[in-house]
This record gives sequence, C-alpha cells and structure tokens, in this order.
Amino acid sequence: MLGKLFLIFLQIGAFTFGGGYAMVPLIQREVCTKQGWLTDQDFLNCLALAQSAPGPLAINTAAYIGYRLRGTAGALVAVLGAALPSFAIIIVVASFFNRFATLAPVQAAFRGMRPAIFMLMAYAVASLGKKTLHDKFSIIVAMMSLGLLLLGLPTFVVLILAGTIGYVRGGKRDASSS
Amino acid sequence: MQALVNLARAFLQIGAFSFGGGYAMIPLLREQVEKYGWLTEGEFFDIIGISEMTPGPVAINFATFIGFKVGGFWGSALATGCVILVPVILVLILARLFSAYEDVPWVKRILQGLRPATIALIASALLFVGKGAFLDAKSLIIAGIAGILLQRGLHPVLTLIVGATLGVVLY
Repeated sequence: MLGKLFLIFLQIGAFTFGGGYAMVPLIQREVCTKQGWLTDQDFLNCLALAQSAPGPLAINTAAYIGYRLRGTAGALVAVLGAALPSFAIIIVVASFFNRFATLAPVQAAFRGMRPAIFMLMAYAVASLGKKTLHDKFSIIVAMMSLGLLLLGLPTFVVLILAGTIGYVRGGKRDASSS
Repeated sequence: MQALVNLARAFLQIGAFSFGGGYAMIPLLREQVEKYGWLTEGEFFDIIGISEMTPGPVAINFATFIGFKVGGFWGSALATGCVILVPVILVLILARLFSAYEDVPWVKRILQGLRPATIALIASALLFVGKGAFLDAKSLIIAGIAGILLQRGLHPVLTLIVGATLGVVLY
C-alpha cells in the first residue's frame, strides 16, 4: 500500500496545475472512488484539518491522508510523492531554460488546460456538495462561508467561524433532544 | 555555509507562517528574497509565471528555484525540505489529535460546521480559476468537451491532457 500511496500522490503532484484546490478532484477520485480508502466525509474532514495548518494545501493533505492510512511512514511517502514532481521540474527549469514559461506553445497548452481544470473542480464541488449539503443547516453554512470568502475574509477565520457554528448548533440540538 | 544557514532559516519561517497556502505566501517570500538579495525583481515574477505553468505548490517551486541558485541541487533539497517541515509536523500533530478525539461529540459538532465550509472553500477556488479560464469562446468549447469527457468517466489527468492539446491546436 505504501508504494501505491507514493504513486498516487506522485501523480497528484504532477498534475495539480492551478493551485492547491485543483488537486481536490484528483485525490477524491483516487483515494475515495477508486481505492475506497476514505469516505467522502472522511476526505472533507481531512481537507478541513489540512488547511487549518500553515503550508501548501497539497503537501498538508498528502501528509494527513498518508497518516490516516499508514501512520507516519504513510505521511512521509505521500508528502515525498506530492513534492517530487514540482521539485524535479523546477530543477530542470532552473538549470536549462529560464524562459520556459514564455514559450508560445507552452502558453497555449496552459490556456487550454484552464477550462478543463475548471470543469474538473466543478465536478468535485457538485459531487461533494450532493453528499454533504443535505440539510438546511449545512447549505446555510456553505453559503455563508462562500460569501465571507468572496468578501476576502482569510480562510482560517472562515473555518473557525464555521466550526463554532457547528459546535453551538450541535449543543442546542443535544439540549433540546434530552 | 552561511548562505545555506540563511536559506534554511528563511524557508523554515516561510513554511511556518504561510496560512492560506499558495499565493498567500508571496509577501513573506518577497520579504526574505529582498533581505538576502537572492533574486532580481524580474526573476521573482518569472518564477511566479513558471509556477503557474508547472504543476505543484508555489511554495515548493520557489524553494527549489531559490535553493538551486544559492546552493545547486542540495540547496534546492534543503530549501524544499525546510519549507514543508513545519507544516508537515503540525499536520501530523493535528492528525494524531483528531484520530484520538474523532468520536467525541463536540469534535463531531465542529466537523459538521467545517465540512460545508470546506465545500465553500473549493467553490471559491473554482470561481477564481473560472475568472482566469474563460476569456473567449474557445475556452467555452474546451470546457464543454472536457465536461462531456468527464461525464463519460475519462480519467481527470487524461482530460487535462486533452485540454492542453486543444489549447495548442486552437490558440
């Protein structure tokens, strides 16, 4: 399983163009749908906790999922896999062609890739949303969080707020049911 | 030697304080880059460009690039290791705490709030990506094709490669 974990995160590291969240669909597909290692709920818990720590989301998520599946060794293997592709590519770029990014075909390829990334992420939002946003409470929390994020509130503030709301509301429900 | 110590110290610090990930750490990076004079202004923006064009976290890209300039391959390895060290340790601590307290009612309640918020985070990233992705009619065509392929169960990585190929053909 360690070998497979490494290969999966190597692949994720090699194809996460467009920032950390672009890897969400890739991880979801590999780890939840294909391997069945985590449920979608577990995966969302992983994401929520991984982004509460500083550092690159891809690395943190790799560390967290690796740890969950195979302890510290799993975390190290997954982090190594996720970091290796960009490390290798930048070494090549730094030693050979500084102006790589300005080549016309490279730019065209990335322009084409962006709408595809968008669709991938849209699918992830739709499938995770369908499984998680099944009551009024979670829909309200999601909408509120999105609104605050669009207003420019920092991620960790939004997460703290959402966690607090979940806590308070759960407490009320416990009290009314007992 | 002193250069490598500075490198390690700077990237430990950048890793430890880059909440929000990705581009949130650009100001921190600039501060350290200016302090040690590692890059010219032009090079700094070149690396941001390269980061957009290459896969992987921006933090790793910068650490590898600057590390390479300061100390070759091992400089790269040192800077990259340092930038992820603190985050990985913190995540492991969180993971350990979480597996111990996962079934505690109040942790469950907090997670009930966090899960919808996480979906909102991905959605806001989606909107951000959309702003850079849809600049003309061609990009809508590519998105439509990608959507159909995904619907039919094509692997995400292959879908990205199809998108890149269409980009080269159309632009």
